[in-house]
Amino acid sequence: MALKASQLTIGHTHRERVCENLSRTQIVQYAGAAGDYHPLHTDEVYATQVGGYTGVFAPGMLTMGLTGKMLTNWAGDTRLTKFGVRFTDKVWPGDTLESEATVSAIRHENGEYLVDLTVSTVNQDGEIVVSGRATVRVDP
Amino acid sequence: MPNITFPVEATHIMMFARAIGDDNPVYRDTQAANETEAKGVIAPPTFVQAVAQFDPQQVRPRPGEMWFGSGKSPTGSTDKPASGGSLHAEQEYTYHRALRPGDVLTVEMENGKVWEKQSKRRGTSKLIFRERITTYRDASGELVITARNVGVTILPLVDAVLGEG
Repeated sequence: MALKASQLTIGHTHRERVCENLSRTQIVQYAGAAGDYHPLHTDEVYATQVGGYTGVFAPGMLTMGLTGKMLTNWAGDTRLTKFGVRFTDKVWPGDTLESEATVSAIRHENGEYLVDLTVSTVNQDGEIVVSGRATVRVDP
Repeated sequence: MPNITFPVEATHIMMFARAIGDDNPVYRDTQAANETEAKGVIAPPTFVQAVAQFDPQQVRPRPGEMWFGSGKSPTGSTDKPASGGSLHAEQEYTYHRALRPGDVLTVEMENGKVWEKQSKRRGTSKLIFRERITTYRDASGELVITARNVGVTILPLVDAVLGEG
């Protein structure tokens, strides 16, 4: 179910809710799977009393992973050729995140159709937590 | 930095996919995955970040060593907390082919550019950005993924405690 270049136009947007009411347990789950054990992400006592934060917060790479899920759900498996983001704001337990991709260019190169996307993820207050770009390979 | 060997395993991919709340069977179900375009189980786009599990320098609790997270006290460290640790500013991946269980990656990290910016945040003076390029190659030496990471260190004006940032 790959995307088709002939059915996409510049400005076309896809949006997906990638996380609802983020739990501390999901942050722990991510830390364990990814091997990111920094206590700022999983240790509320450390994060507040030593780190000076209001609590634990998600590793940026969890937010990038959630954002990537939107891309692969939309463009299909094995279709991503490039994916890059900037981490623009923190993600906290309780956050609900929506990821969005917008077509910025459609290219035909070396017999392949490539679609460039601008990508962002926002929290429930509309604050952008990651923003970036991706390129996906699509069908004609 | 010495190269890291990163064996990519099916269970690890399944656990990683669960952690990002991705129930796509292509990350866990061989039979279902065989019927997709991927023709088998593959790893999600940000999976290679889990190279941390194989990085000897990665921060993690180790037997017999002090851990700086909380236990009896809020931190196990007796050192003053470093003011302004490095935060993840940017991450970019270029995909050369799908990553699959059974791949054994050789991971090479190289330091890239370093640049500075004046900080606009109160109590801080400047931001130092450090780039690192990581290549993930398979057993035959072919590039699977190239990654570019940018970390930022926020320098305090005097010795201010690093606030939210």
